[in-house]
Amino acid sequence: MSDEKKFAAFICTGCGIGDRLDAKQLEMTATRDGKMQSCHSHEMLCSKEGVQLIRDQIDNEGANHIMIAACSRRAKVEAFNFTDVAMSRANLREGVIWSRPEGDEHQETTQEMADDYVRMACAEVRFMEVPQPSEEQGCVENILIVGGGVSGMTAALEAAAAGFNCHIVEKEGELGGWAAKWHKRIPYRAAPEGTPNTLTAHLPDPVDNDVADLIGQVEASDKISVHLNARVTRTSGAPGRFAADITTESGSTTTENFGAIVQASGWKPFDIDSLPEYGHQHPDVVTNVELEQMAREAGDGPIKRPSDGKEVKSVAFVQNAGQTSTKEGYLPYHSGIGDLISIKQAMYFKAQNGDDCDTTILYDNLRTPGAPGEDFYRAGQQKMVIFTKASVDQVAADGSGAKVKFKDKILDEDVELPVDLVVLDIGMVPNSGPDPYAANESLEGMSEEEQEAVKEELESETAVTVESILNLDYRQGTDLPQLKWGFTDSHFICFPYETRRTGIYAAGPVRRPMDIKQAQDDATGAAMKAVQAAVHAAHGEAVHPRVGDLSYPRFRKEGCTQCKRCTVECPFGAINEDEERYPLFNESRCRRCGTCMGACPVRVISFDNYSIDTVGQQIKNVDVPDEFEEKPRILVLACENDAYPALDQAAVSGQEISPWARVIPVRCLGSVSLSWVTDSMNNGFDGVIMMGCKRGDDYQCHFVRGSAMAAERMAKVGDTLSTLNLEPERVVVHEVAITDIERAPRLIKEMEDVVERVGLSPFKF
Amino acid sequence: MSDMNTAMVEKYRNDFLKEVEANVEEGQWVKMCMQCGVCSGSCPLGNAWAHPPQEIFMMIRAGKRDEVLKSDSMWMCTSCYNCIVRCPRELPITHIMHGLATYSKRLGLAPKTQPTSQFSEIFWNNMMKRGRVNELKLGLSLYFKDGFGQGIKNALANQKLGMSMMKAKRMSPAEFFGGHGIKDASGLQKMIKKAEEIELAKLKANT
Repeated sequence: MSDEKKFAAFICTGCGIGDRLDAKQLEMTATRDGKMQSCHSHEMLCSKEGVQLIRDQIDNEGANHIMIAACSRRAKVEAFNFTDVAMSRANLREGVIWSRPEGDEHQETTQEMADDYVRMACAEVRFMEVPQPSEEQGCVENILIVGGGVSGMTAALEAAAAGFNCHIVEKEGELGGWAAKWHKRIPYRAAPEGTPNTLTAHLPDPVDNDVADLIGQVEASDKISVHLNARVTRTSGAPGRFAADITTESGSTTTENFGAIVQASGWKPFDIDSLPEYGHQHPDVVTNVELEQMAREAGDGPIKRPSDGKEVKSVAFVQNAGQTSTKEGYLPYHSGIGDLISIKQAMYFKAQNGDDCDTTILYDNLRTPGAPGEDFYRAGQQKMVIFTKASVDQVAADGSGAKVKFKDKILDEDVELPVDLVVLDIGMVPNSGPDPYAANESLEGMSEEEQEAVKEELESETAVTVESILNLDYRQGTDLPQLKWGFTDSHFICFPYETRRTGIYAAGPVRRPMDIKQAQDDATGAAMKAVQAAVHAAHGEAVHPRVGDLSYPRFRKEGCTQCKRCTVECPFGAINEDEERYPLFNESRCRRCGTCMGACPVRVISFDNYSIDTVGQQIKNVDVPDEFEEKPRILVLACENDAYPALDQAAVSGQEISPWARVIPVRCLGSVSLSWVTDSMNNGFDGVIMMGCKRGDDYQCHFVRGSAMAAERMAKVGDTLSTLNLEPERVVVHEVAITDIERAPRLIKEMEDVVERVGLSPFKF
Repeated sequence: MSDMNTAMVEKYRNDFLKEVEANVEEGQWVKMCMQCGVCSGSCPLGNAWAHPPQEIFMMIRAGKRDEVLKSDSMWMCTSCYNCIVRCPRELPITHIMHGLATYSKRLGLAPKTQPTSQFSEIFWNNMMKRGRVNELKLGLSLYFKDGFGQGIKNALANQKLGMSMMKAKRMSPAEFFGGHGIKDASGLQKMIKKAEEIELAKLKANT
């Protein structure tokens, strides 16, 4: 393709655009102000003929930069799919005619809006380049799976079924993890539909442990290699070209190349010994993990009491032991499946020790998640498992056997229950490596000296207590970032498998507590994402959420001041440092959010199709009327994932949007450069609204940290405005969800009111 | 019946839930209660009960035999069936309440002076005589259940109601002399007697 840019504009007059707007004038705007070399109108551009019109211009006339003025860029994406050219789109349908009322009195402002959007889209495409893939790597059809439990094995089998090779690295001497040790499994199918609610209805029972079959399948697969007693001692590279050192206990190391990684490092039982009130030191008080072993050893015979070998005739299950408490030394969360486990284990006693074995489950909130949950609860009740709502105060030794002191919360009385055996429902703790951001988060609001001290302390602590699992040689830490309580961070609303390290997917109880069935579903999802990541990386394409995007950050080395802000702020750890201490972009680790671009104080980072200029020039090409016309201009920088579709949807549902607003979609609020805000102010805009996603622990940002970064940066924008002698309320940042279709236009209206109050900007020339 | 009570205590020792399962009408459903409390919340007389149904079920599971069987709670049930309709686990709660009441009566544990329990007995005896309820006599025996003096007072207090019922032909003074009945009252009595024998034999067999 020649380097020369050839511009062509296309204006659609369908969907009422031609009726409401002056198409001739739009054409003139595109060619005269927008400097497009040709301009074509069509009454239905997304139709076969319309698309062919565009295709012909590209193929026959050599147009390589096209501007389409039609509907929102989120509509008709299949029709307007021209991957070989640079393309911008002016939103005339949702952005103008659907969000403005009809009528002569509105005609002037509506046409102005449309002309501006055409000018903006022309300016945008003039400063775009045709995205070229990085061609960093080929396709490595090989997946590294860390952890050989149910999650790891399932991921391996699924990836192998998709034709990929897999390497399972397991730190123990055998496959299967905890689940292989279980006596039976929690059932995973509900009773058939139509099962009557009778006392004798056949309800789900515990099912046989089939983990051994899974191990057999893994061992039989010629696509899966298993490394036992092994660890990953170094991981370098990026999706499509990971290199991992696998070191066995004996010290031998092999290095393999991988397209993607699944981390299924699983969990460990909570250490209940640190809480003496649960009496675990007593032999007849066991954890639910230990009980599985006891039940298994008993085969189908009766389970015996550990202290004296007597057959157990009464057993109490203490639910939620050491969990869901903010007290020091307790687990702050609930492990979710403990009640299902106790129902299952109570059934062991009914089956193996006889119907007359008393089984009491002391619960506070009974939770039985999953399809068969409620049926399984009823199955337990059918078998005369007693459920008592209680808060347990103490478990104490009682000769042989034990005594549970609890408060019955229905009968409101204190009870002492002597039993042969007590089973403690303890929680699941994730096997995570050290959190790369643990230090940073606790540092906010401290002085630099304090920060150094805390950092050193944390580093020495984590070095002792937590061993790295992946040993990434990323600049931003050795392991996957965590969200809370040591669980791997993932986009829990939309993309549960995505971590903040592209191409590395977490699966199973390292993400959240889960049982075998959930872990298998989870691992299947993660394996599919891993396969996808490897293939996308090979094509130089982004993965979620900008799937297929070929652009990636480039930087102008001569302008770089080596400030390192891009390397620190990249939510995905994509940027390392090269030998000369310049940023080293790893394209396939990149998710194309542009947070680095927003971070760069000297504006040297850009994408082919998204840069400081593509947005900056849109701002400069808005026609700002002089102050005597009394037409304010409000710039809206809207996140393309949530806020922009919310505004589109608002227009679809007939909400009015202020005629003064000019909306520019941005990849993420994290990509917003402060220069855009100052430029717009200097150009005479009266207000700026930034709409990003929810931030914080329950964030909705598609790039996890982008909107949080933006909020941090924009906190200082007030100072900039003061130096310009402008009121700080002219610039606001809002959290907007995709569902805020009534609120988003209202926020723009509020800015209109602010401008009315503080007056028009003095910078209109 | 106290020997049957002793026998039941002997047999089930601490397992009151099993005793209820075996001996109380629909008692097998007690274990299926999930303690949501909808029954207690739905009962129009809920605040008149010492222990609402949800609590009764929990007490049974906790082995509180005496507290349950000697309680007057299940005698408060008016059979409105609100709880049955609303129970998410579809427990026949009304039937269980009556089952518990009957069982406690059989064992001689039911509270002696509980008005609904007394009324039930008067009603039953009245009905068994001729196979139909003699309303005049039922009313009178209710008035006079606490002695003659109280009976006169009760009768005078309800004089107006009684007169209106007679005017409306809802009650006839002629009922005082015999009153109406079914064709074969003694046949019915025999039938009921047989049924009672069978039920009792079943209970005895359980002891």
